[in-house]
Amino acid sequence: MYKVEIISIFVENKPGKLEKITKLLAEAYINILGFSITDARDFGIIKFLVDKPKEAYELFKKNGFVVALNPALGIEMKDKPGGLYEVVKFISSKGINIENALVYVAESREKAYFIFEVENFEESLEKLKDNGFELLKLV
Amino acid sequence: MEVNFWDPKIETLPQQDLKALQLEKLKKVVTLVYERVPHYRKKFEKAKVKPEDIKSLEDVVRLPFTTKEDLFVDYPYGLLAVPLEEVVRLHTSSGTTGKPKALFFTKKDIDDQAELIARNLVMTGTTRGDVLQNSMTYGLFTGALVMHYGAEKLGVLVIPAGPGNTERQIELMKTFGTTCFHMTPSYALYVASVILNKGLDPRRDLRIKRAYLGAEPYTEETRKKIEDLLGIDVYNCYGLSEMGGPGVGFECVYKEGLHIWEDAFLVEIINPETGEPVKEGEIGELVLTSLNREGMPLIRYRTRDLTFFFTEPCACGRTHRRISRILGRADDMFIVRGVNIFPQQIEAVLMGIKGVAENYQIVLENYDEMIVRVEIDREFFDGRIERLLKLKEEIVEKLREAILVKPKVELLEPGTLPVSEGKAKRVIDKRTL
Repeated sequence: MYKVEIISIFVENKPGKLEKITKLLAEAYINILGFSITDARDFGIIKFLVDKPKEAYELFKKNGFVVALNPALGIEMKDKPGGLYEVVKFISSKGINIENALVYVAESREKAYFIFEVENFEESLEKLKDNGFELLKLV
Repeated sequence: MEVNFWDPKIETLPQQDLKALQLEKLKKVVTLVYERVPHYRKKFEKAKVKPEDIKSLEDVVRLPFTTKEDLFVDYPYGLLAVPLEEVVRLHTSSGTTGKPKALFFTKKDIDDQAELIARNLVMTGTTRGDVLQNSMTYGLFTGALVMHYGAEKLGVLVIPAGPGNTERQIELMKTFGTTCFHMTPSYALYVASVILNKGLDPRRDLRIKRAYLGAEPYTEETRKKIEDLLGIDVYNCYGLSEMGGPGVGFECVYKEGLHIWEDAFLVEIINPETGEPVKEGEIGELVLTSLNREGMPLIRYRTRDLTFFFTEPCACGRTHRRISRILGRADDMFIVRGVNIFPQQIEAVLMGIKGVAENYQIVLENYDEMIVRVEIDREFFDGRIERLLKLKEEIVEKLREAILVKPKVELLEPGTLPVSEGKAKRVIDKRTL
């Protein structure tokens, strides 16, 4: 299935949090493919796209973090002006609301993906696939 | 549900008659302390009130309060209303600092309190033939002895086990077929866990039907937990040495609030800051006047315990009013923007919101800024920030409705705040003036 999985971690705003989180990933040899941070003053949400999402989820859970694992969609972006515009135009033309997003540059460095969460994953996937855009498959 | 009475006439006396009885007794006790206790006479004179000014129950507000400090004036015998040779018992209540409070009882005082205990036990289904394991501390503390006398008065077999030595507690339960026990809730939890760890099935291997737990505040969750672990009914009991020990307030089989025996105590609930009565149903400080005591009567004694009146009559048919389980201490109250607030009010709101975990903290900062720090429930988090922002909004709105002050709310990871067992510091006041 054209699906990726995103790890979300609830964090209070205090120094050293991101350090602790990334250290855990490093020590478990989990590779970060992309990440985003959303800040709501007293707390924030850190989201990761990693190579081993289930392992990462269990790891954070075991270490007492407030964590969620959610399905997300990835669409390839052209490396040229207007690349992102083309992708979001396509998404909105299908009436899909982007809940939040991050960027993943593939290892080869030749391709970049727009990774985003939506309210209804299955329904959105149906609308987006087979429309000429390349969807990412990591799970 | 089966409802039993020890003294059906007095327990179901119509409120009107109960009030008339209270007034008659109030007049008597006020006259008694005025005539016999110099400290009370001085207090009354200062408040410009005389016994004959008490013409109705409402006049009680003219009488000065008795506080803990009053118990240390003319210490230790100064508050006696009878000659020392009439007194047969001393109990003390440990203050957190310094000397213990000294409370004295005549023979009749002890018998009166035992009578209340007998009512309480019967009210919860205990009868002759029951076996009561009394695992409170025997000695200066009122807890065990008062229960002991009350249970004997009813005709129950009492095992004066005292606290501690859990192995022996369980042996006693097994050997003598204990049907009820009297304990602190924290010890009961421990005993229950030991029983289960030994591989005993309390429903099969023991005969316990009910437990009387008191002497420290506990939550409904703790009650349910002990009930489930042991397969028994747990009844909340409230008392204080100043008012004769346990048995002041006691739950009936409906377990919704504690009946206070109004033929023995005049009950008021006041705003601890102003001393004015609160509206019925509002939280405030419990104030008690002993109506029967002759050795050392206390007038409008400030218990510092927070509670509220239940407004509906109880399904058991008893007319004596009910108070809620003790919600905390009046000393916990704080004032923000001129409004009196109890941490318990905030707790009640938080516990009713989905997504909130058990721990919280209230921080007060300069300019009367109130910050409520709330741990979120692990299961509630689904990765979406909107959900958390909505939760935050809901908490702010519901708190504002309940306490009339709009707080700031911070969401925290579970496990960040100190654990709430008993006396956790809920309020941190950083205000400087």
